[in-house]
Amino acid sequence: MEGVVKPRTHRGRRVLEAREPKLRENDKSALLLQGASSSMLLKTVLKDMHSLKKPLSVLYRKKNMTRPFEDQTSVEFFSRKAECSLFLFASHSKKRPHNLTLGRIFDHHVLDMHELGLESYRSLHEFKVQKCMQGLKPLLLFTGEEFESDLEHRRLKNILIDFFRGPSISAVRLGGLEHVLSFTAINGRIFVRSYRVLLKRSGVKLPRVELEEMGPFLDLVPRRVRIASQDLFKRAMRRPPAVLRKPRKNVSHDPFGSKLGRIHMQQQHLDTLALHHGRALRKPRKEGKGANSENEESESKMGKVNGRGKGSNVGRKQDVKSRSKKRRVH
Amino acid sequence: MATQLDALLAQAEAAEEEAKRSVTVEKPLELHFDSGNLLAIDPNPLNETEFRLDREGYLKNVTRDNAQLLINHIWSLPTENVDGVVIAKLPEGKTPIPREKPVPKAKPLTRWEQFAKLKRIKNRKKSKKVWDEQLKEWRPRWGYKRANDKGRDWLIEVPNNADPYEDQFAKLKAAKKERIARNEFKRLCNIARSRKLKVPGVGLPTKDDPSKQELGTAMSLAKRATASVGKFQESLPKEKPRSTRKKRKFEPLIGDFLHEKEWQLGILSKMSNKVPKLDVTKAVNKHVLEEEQEAATEKEKRGGKRKNGSKSERRSKAGVKPDARHGHRNQGKGKGKSKGRGKDRVKGKVGKGRAAGPRRVASARGKAGKGRRGKK
Repeated sequence: MEGVVKPRTHRGRRVLEAREPKLRENDKSALLLQGASSSMLLKTVLKDMHSLKKPLSVLYRKKNMTRPFEDQTSVEFFSRKAECSLFLFASHSKKRPHNLTLGRIFDHHVLDMHELGLESYRSLHEFKVQKCMQGLKPLLLFTGEEFESDLEHRRLKNILIDFFRGPSISAVRLGGLEHVLSFTAINGRIFVRSYRVLLKRSGVKLPRVELEEMGPFLDLVPRRVRIASQDLFKRAMRRPPAVLRKPRKNVSHDPFGSKLGRIHMQQQHLDTLALHHGRALRKPRKEGKGANSENEESESKMGKVNGRGKGSNVGRKQDVKSRSKKRRVH
Repeated sequence: MATQLDALLAQAEAAEEEAKRSVTVEKPLELHFDSGNLLAIDPNPLNETEFRLDREGYLKNVTRDNAQLLINHIWSLPTENVDGVVIAKLPEGKTPIPREKPVPKAKPLTRWEQFAKLKRIKNRKKSKKVWDEQLKEWRPRWGYKRANDKGRDWLIEVPNNADPYEDQFAKLKAAKKERIARNEFKRLCNIARSRKLKVPGVGLPTKDDPSKQELGTAMSLAKRATASVGKFQESLPKEKPRSTRKKRKFEPLIGDFLHEKEWQLGILSKMSNKVPKLDVTKAVNKHVLEEEQEAATEKEKRGGKRKNGSKSERRSKAGVKPDARHGHRNQGKGKGKSKGRGKDRVKGKVGKGRAAGPRRVASARGKAGKGRRGKK
C-alpha cells in the first residue's frame, strides 16, 4: 500500500501521531534558514530571532541553494522535515541586499510570504543591558494606520503576530510581563523595536510602565509579497465546530466527577400519570374457557409469577432465556 | 489643627491624582486589545513631525504609552492567587490566525467497527491483569509473560484423533503465525477499502479443512508459481485442465458485411431497449441492511437504555460477524448456512448478483424464513 507508513517502533508511532492534523493544534514553530548567499548581518538576525523564539524554533546553520519566491518546494520540504509551519529565510544579493522572507505554511504548502529588506540592524548583544528570560510570551504592539488600511500590511500584521506570539497560554503571571515587541508602520517602513518592561510602583494598584531597549532593532522595507488567495486563506482559517462549541449553561461538574444541574419541573398531575402496568394489577383472566394443556405448558415456561407485582422482571428474564435456548437448537 | 489636616488631606489627594495620572494614557481612538495573544493594536495616526525630529525617542514614547494601556488591560482581567503569585486568566485569542494543518477528517471505520456500530456493540474495559491459576499470581492479559499462556507448557497432550507423530508445539507456533498474517492482511484490506483501492490479492488463505474446489484452486496456483509460469509442469493422471481465459477471436477486417450489419443493429436495439435488471439478491440485501441501520439509529436515539436480559437475545440476533464465513466454526454446520448456500447460488445465477456474498443472504433468509427478526 503506497503512502501508508507503518511505524516500526512505538516511539515512531508517537512521532507520526504528533504530526497528524489535530483539532486543537500545537504551537507553531519557526524554521530559520539562509540562502546560498547570505550576509554576516543576516546570520546575526537569524541567531537573534532564534534566541527570541526558543524553544519554538529550528535554526539551520548551513546555506541552502534555494529562493522561496522562485521555487517554494525546497522550503516546503525543509519545513516538513523540521515540522515547522513558519519560516524566516535570509538571503543577500546585489538586487535585494539583506533580504528577509517571512512566510508560513498551511498543509505543507506555502500559504503566504512577505519579503522585507533590512535597512538597519542592531543585534541583541549590542545593547549592554539586562535581557528578559528566554521562552517568554512577549507583549505585541502594532502602531500606525497602515496596519489597518492596507491589505498587504494587514496580512503582514497577521503573519507577524503568528510568528512572534509564542506559546498559547491560559494564564499569565502579572509580574512576568517582561518583554515588549513593537511594530510601527510609518512612511512605508516598518520599525521593529524590542524592550524590557520595568514595572514601577505608582501609588495605585496599577504599575507604572517604563521601558528599556534591549534589542534586536530592525528597520524594514516591504518588498515582494505573495499573499494567499481569499479562498485558501479562508480554508486555512476554518475552525472545527468541536472547538467552537460553547459550554452548556447550567451544567457543572463537581470534583468527584458527578454532573450537577438545575432542572425545572412542571407540576405533575397524578391522575394522568403513566404508571407501570404490573402483572399483579391486571385483571385475572377468566378460567376454564381457553385453558388447554398447551397453554399451561407455555405459561409454565414463561415463568408465571402471580402476585409479585413489579417483580415481574424475574419472569421476563426467564422468558428470554427459554427463547434463546430454543433458538440454539436450530 | 483643622487647617493642617486639610492641607495634609489635600496633599494626599494630590499625590493620588499624580499617581493615577502616571498610569493613565489618553488616546483619541481606543486601542484594540487581544489579551489572549497579549496583543494591542493602536489605530491612532502617528505624528510625523515628532517622528522626524527624534525618531527613537518618539517610538519609545508611543510604545511606552501603548504598553501601559495593554498592561492596564491585562491587570484588570480576573486574577487568581496561586502559591503567593498573582496570575491573570487569559481568554482565548481573538485574532484569527490560520491553522498549520487542515481540520482533521473523521477516520474511516474498519470493517469490525462498522459492524459493531450497526449492532451497537460497545467496548467494555477489561482489567489489564488476570489471575493465573497455575502460577497463583496476577499476570498481564496479553503480551510478554501473559497469564494462562498455552505456549508455556513443556508438555502438550496429543488430541484424540491427531497424528501421534505431529509436532504439537510447531502446530501452535504455526497457528500463531497464521493469525498474525491474517490480521495484517485484514489491516491492509481496511486501508485499501478506506482509500477505495483494490484489495490486494493473495493466492489463497490457508484453512484447516479446505473444500475440494479450494484445493483445486490451490493446486493450480501452485503449479503456475514457477519461473516459467507452469509451462513445464506435468499434470496428474486424472487432472482436469483448469479453465483458462478464452483466446480472443477477431472478425476478419473485410468479409461478411451482412453479419456485421446484424451485429451492430443488435447492439443498437439492446441499447434502445435497456431495462434495468432487478437483482433480487442485491435488493434484498440492501433492504435488510437499511432496516438494520435504521433500527440501530433509532435505538441510539431512544438512548442507551438496555432492558433486562436483552443481551443474550441481541447476541443471537446479531447475525454473522463481518468475517465469520472464514472462521472454522461456521463451516458446513452454521445456522442453516450450508442449506442457504445452494439456494444462493441459484439466485445468483438468476440475478447475476455476484457482488452480493452469501453472508448477507443468509441473514436475509433468517429474517424471511424463520421470522427471527420479526416483532414479537
